[in-house]
Amino acid sequence: MTLYDLKDGKIATIQSFSGEMELQSRLVEMGIMPGIQIRRIKTAPMNGPIEIKVRDYHVSLRQEDAHYILISE
Amino acid sequence: MKKKLGQHWVALVGNPNCGKTAIFNLLTGLSQKVSNYPGVTVEKKIGKAHFADGDQFDLLDLPGTYSLTPESMDERIVTEQVLNWIHGDNPPSVIVSVVDATNLSRNLYLSTQLTDLGIPIVIALNMMDLVKNDLKIDTKKLVQKLGVEAIIPMSAIKRWGQDELLNAIQSSVKTKNIVNGEFPVFLKDDYVNILQPLKDLLLANFACNDRFATAQSLRLITRNSTVDIYELLIENGFHVDGSFMNDLKEIRQKAVENFEEMGVKHRILEATLRYKWLDSVLSDAKLLVGTNLSEESFSEKVDKVLTHSWSGPFIFIIILYFIFQSIFTWVSAPMEWINSGVGWMGIQVLNIMPPGMLRDLIVEGIIAGVGAILVFLPQILMLMFFMTVLEDSGYMARVAFMMDRFMSKIGLHGRSVLPLMSGYACAIPGIMSTRTIDSWKERLITILVLPLMSCSARLPVYTLMIGAFIPATTVFGFLKLQGLILVVMYFLGTATAFILAKIFSMFIKAKGKSSFVMELPPYRTPLWRSVYRNVYNRGKIFVVNAGKIIMSISIILWFLASFPSEGEASIGKNSIQHSYAGKIGHAIEPIIKPLGFDWKLGIGLITSFAAREVLVSTMATIYNVESDGDGIVELKDAMQNDIDPETGQPIYTPLVALSLMVFFVFAAQCMATFAIVRNETNSWKWPLFMIVYMNSLAYGASLLVYQGGKILGFG
Repeated sequence: MTLYDLKDGKIATIQSFSGEMELQSRLVEMGIMPGIQIRRIKTAPMNGPIEIKVRDYHVSLRQEDAHYILISE
Repeated sequence: MKKKLGQHWVALVGNPNCGKTAIFNLLTGLSQKVSNYPGVTVEKKIGKAHFADGDQFDLLDLPGTYSLTPESMDERIVTEQVLNWIHGDNPPSVIVSVVDATNLSRNLYLSTQLTDLGIPIVIALNMMDLVKNDLKIDTKKLVQKLGVEAIIPMSAIKRWGQDELLNAIQSSVKTKNIVNGEFPVFLKDDYVNILQPLKDLLLANFACNDRFATAQSLRLITRNSTVDIYELLIENGFHVDGSFMNDLKEIRQKAVENFEEMGVKHRILEATLRYKWLDSVLSDAKLLVGTNLSEESFSEKVDKVLTHSWSGPFIFIIILYFIFQSIFTWVSAPMEWINSGVGWMGIQVLNIMPPGMLRDLIVEGIIAGVGAILVFLPQILMLMFFMTVLEDSGYMARVAFMMDRFMSKIGLHGRSVLPLMSGYACAIPGIMSTRTIDSWKERLITILVLPLMSCSARLPVYTLMIGAFIPATTVFGFLKLQGLILVVMYFLGTATAFILAKIFSMFIKAKGKSSFVMELPPYRTPLWRSVYRNVYNRGKIFVVNAGKIIMSISIILWFLASFPSEGEASIGKNSIQHSYAGKIGHAIEPIIKPLGFDWKLGIGLITSFAAREVLVSTMATIYNVESDGDGIVELKDAMQNDIDPETGQPIYTPLVALSLMVFFVFAAQCMATFAIVRNETNSWKWPLFMIVYMNSLAYGASLLVYQGGKILGFG
């Protein structure tokens, strides 16, 4: 499954990034990488970006980017 | 205007939101210089700090960055600076790497990249006041493992550890002990072999050590934009072999292909390996990461309300309403004081000085002109205060989070919200703050539509016109007509900005895909010292820069309006008509007549190209020269009472006022904005485009209002 499918409030572990996702360099530089646990916090108003907690901080991503992040619960 | 750094200087580097600026303010106090817009692409903050024994050094505050690969504009600036230090001359004696102690691993990632540079690193472990007591950081062990000079636990907010940090910097400066260990991250032999040609090329062309060459070759295969940085360095005068750029691209491509054959993801190679090493160092030191993932933080609880699907946007609107309300009501008293202060000064000068040209110049030119502008300093300060508080408290990031969906639909970015809102104060800081938008296309569109947000320089024009010509009546029983018209002006600009953003986004090509990875920092009480500093700096920039332009224009205008004088006798009503200014105004009158503007407003429109608010001081100067009497004429009354000598009708009607305000909503008039757009987009193409599209829009809309209004029988 992908981060897009994860329900708000659930914890999962990142498995890999799919395809030639341009964002992956940025995500890994911020420590969001395979093997790391994340918690999906919420979805922004008007079905906007999603907020996740990773390592010791909170970060937001667009839903279309969340499709590229493969996870396992 | 490049500020030179002294012999011994120290650089401050760190992640966004790590409290870097608070440390900068703590160490430098009042002695800081912020270089500002004309001719400067980078907001460079340099300050002077002192060691305990009184020795002085320069401190440079760099923009926040997550890593040394360039993606956003801020990161490009940092990366370029770092390469300049390594390959050029005058590197910093010490780099202070600021680390947020509540977010260790991600912050230390950048520190470990800095240790490759061969420059002594002192880690300022900031925000120790927020670290829970059970987290014991064994700094001695970490110092050794990370290969840094010192780790200083501190808190800029509580003023802990300031002396310790200064001492650590000083002893590093003195020992000049350059740590030059091995590249700390283990690389497989295969990887080393693939990277070797890239390393060799760098070592042959640039002065740097082996460790840095390894790190840099890894970053070259991470992002293409790292290659572009070298192009920039060469443009800036670094001497390399003629074939260097071609070789670099070729060898890089080869390395990338080799990694792809091996099935290694080269784009995330450096970061993955470095984090694995760093995480193992941290877990050895019992500083485990991500253990409290399910624990609900204070910010998360607050966000249950502030970014909730419906209460979030609702609260945002209330906050916006509150800010605008306070800008227009709270500051009216200080504005009155400034007004009467200026009037008082004029009278003093009139009393003290003998009559003559110099007295006229000072009273009618300088005091009347500059005074008309100083009046809205309180509003700028107020708006800057709110913007800084919202940003420093962490709320602005939430606004971007909530608005991204809407913003991306109209071709903008969640991060466009803050620059666009700053545009209500002044387009210049707004345009500068678009650097935080990673994608070029969204950044460019934000810049292009930003001047449509009614900036505070338009406010004096709106205020003057509304105060003089819009009756203070009530409509629909409860809405004040004057306030309503003002809101309509703001709305008109904002709505047009959104519509045009959508249109531009369909025509401007993307350079790279848009992304939205944005940290939501914990809520914090803003540090009032920092807020004060920021508001003070912005206010100073406004008074000094705008003041310079406005003062010179006021003087030039006074001359143009006072000469050629027709001998001693002909003082009075008609003299300005025959002055140079009058002639210029009359010359353009045919073009602006269809908009309802006379030759006096014509002069105002020309001078307002320097800055919009100059219209008000221009009109003030014109009427003061014309009256040539004692004391300063109240501009509002003068305009209301101005009668067309041919028709006997008032020259300015509510319809003319409306037409003028609409013109000001759309027109591109501020030269400082053009200069900053030129800088930020690196070409004259975009400022020119901006001038053409905005002014066509202004002329068209104003024509529609005036002619339409006349047909409908108003005015």
